Amino acid sequence: MDHDNTDKPAPATPGVSRRGFITSVGTGAIGVAAAASLVSAAPPETQADVVAAGGMSSVSLVVNGRRHTMLVEPRWSLLYVLRDRLGLTGTKIGCERGECGACTVLIDGKARYACMTLAVEADGRDITTIEGLMTGEELGTTQQAFADEDAFQCGYCTPGQVMAAESLLRVNPSPTLDEIRQGMAGNLCRCGAYAHIFKAVAKAADLKRQGR
Amino acid sequence: MLQTFAYVRAGSLNDAVKQLDGPGARVHAGGTDLLGCLRDDVMSAEKVVSISRLDDLRGITPAADGGLRIGALTTIADLAAHPGIAEKYAALAQAAAVVASPQLRNQGTIGGNLCQRPRCWYFRGDYHCTRKGGDMCYAIGGENQYHAIFGGGACWIVHPSDTAPALVALDAKLRLISAKGARMVPAEKFFVLPDENAQKENVLAPGELVTEILLPPMPAGMKSAYRKVRARGSWDFAMAGMALTLTMKADKVADARIVLSGVAPIPWRLQAVEKLIIGQKLDAKLMTKAADLAVVGAKPLEQNAYKVAMVRGIVAEGLEKLL
Ligand SMILES: Cc1cc2nc3c(=O)[nH]c(=O)nc-3n(C[C@H](O)[C@H](O)[C@H](O)COP(=O)(O)OP(=O)(O)OC[C@H]3O[C@@H](n4cnc5c(N)ncnc54)[C@H](O)[C@@H]3O)c2cc1C
Ligand code: FES
Ligand code: FES
Repeated sequence: MDHDNTDKPAPATPGVSRRGFITSVGTGAIGVAAAASLVSAAPPETQADVVAAGGMSSVSLVVNGRRHTMLVEPRWSLLYVLRDRLGLTGTKIGCERGECGACTVLIDGKARYACMTLAVEADGRDITTIEGLMTGEELGTTQQAFADEDAFQCGYCTPGQVMAAESLLRVNPSPTLDEIRQGMAGNLCRCGAYAHIFKAVAKAADLKRQGR
Repeated sequence: MLQTFAYVRAGSLNDAVKQLDGPGARVHAGGTDLLGCLRDDVMSAEKVVSISRLDDLRGITPAADGGLRIGALTTIADLAAHPGIAEKYAALAQAAAVVASPQLRNQGTIGGNLCQRPRCWYFRGDYHCTRKGGDMCYAIGGENQYHAIFGGGACWIVHPSDTAPALVALDAKLRLISAKGARMVPAEKFFVLPDENAQKENVLAPGELVTEILLPPMPAGMKSAYRKVRARGSWDFAMAGMALTLTMKADKVADARIVLSGVAPIPWRLQAVEKLIIGQKLDAKLMTKAADLAVVGAKPLEQNAYKVAMVRGIVAEGLEKLL
């Protein structure tokens, strides 16, 4: 079996979404459920096993509510695993130095850079990507606000911007303009769509407060 | 793709210390600086020892002496949001709040922030500079607008951390541990000038870990603040900054600690200025004198003389604001 789907799917992705379907088809070659976890199985106080250079380690990532148990090399970033192993290409590659925000995802509900996170470090964590904000074929609230406010030009930075906004609004449901600017400071937009991006975040906050 | 390395997730502090005892091992906390350094070949790693799951090293708790104990794995975001820190150690809360970006604050730890490598573009670039074991500092005669004006010599980096100057000003202590045992080091003694050792920024021995940071109880009436000047409003490292503590008794300065960021290879303490103002009434005249004294001994490079004026302004303004 490719995936151990015994976990309940997250409320945002009931059943098999289009993305989820593509994902589960696309990862057949690398998903491995049976391999014993090399690193996470060690009980505290005993010496953990070292994954040798060039070796693989089994991790379990809950991505958009779906559990993927797979082998990864310790040097693989979460960004690489999401895009190239799980086919979730909504998360973008920019600088790979923690400077641009294109790769922003939520880890346990908080915005982080997938390029600066090793996949082995995300073992057991709950990861939400831009695909995970969809409800079936419908855009999530923050995504819809970005579309409504024309908060992009080329759109490359948009998934990262939306995830940063999502994280901000979970901590601060009614941000001021200044708090929006600070909250979005880790995401660059090459096209300079900032004014519209900030408006979209404010709109998303409004919509969410109305329970949408 | 990064070079391959062995990887181990430590299950206990003992385990981490054992795994780090040997050549080629690197500590991974949040990874936000380590991964950048590995990607840019600034550092190599044969083995990455992750301490990220050592939950005992996370969190802020009261210390027996009335101060606070901050676990090295506490994230910068948690530090910035902690009410006790904001109330009693404002300089640290303010410094944490202006570190990097929200994403990096969610992931980066205070231990990693103190141990991060410098941002000099020659060091991070393809130059075999003094800090990488070469025999030349390319900032001398190079592009040096963001480099040091104090404490240079063999190398002119500035220390990149915002939390470090705050911890020095607040007289924090760091607890270090290695296979050889544990020791306490005042934050001020943790950092190392290039003339002592141009290849490392701190006193950590190979394989040695920072496990916690201890803030002393706050003296009654002490106020503190951190001010950072950066080239743009979103994330950026300090061009210059200042952590300041001030304790007043009646209308006189009873105690003060002034530590600059962004201008030297270590958090740069202005002891002469502290001496000047302690015991005095802090009026406009004395503030101007303090600001002038702050830059005595500055040695700007070709492109960073603006930092001299900047420091003068930051010191004068900071004293006035906190009074
Ligand atoms: C784009 C960008 C902008 C930034 N801007 C700022 C800024 O404005 N101000 C600022 O202060 N910082 C800034 N930083 C630095 C950032 O705050 C640090 O990368 C972060 O705090 C490091 O924490 P970490 O847990 O991720 O460390 P890691 O990357 O895990 O470790 C950093 C280094 O310290 C060592 N280390 C980590 N923890 C310990 C420990 N407990 N004991 C001993 N050694 C340890 C590691 O081996 C490594 O060499 C920026 C970084 C980036 C990428
Ligand atoms: S790709 Fe991760 S921050 Fe730029
Ligand atoms: S819309 Fe083009 S980079 Fe932001």
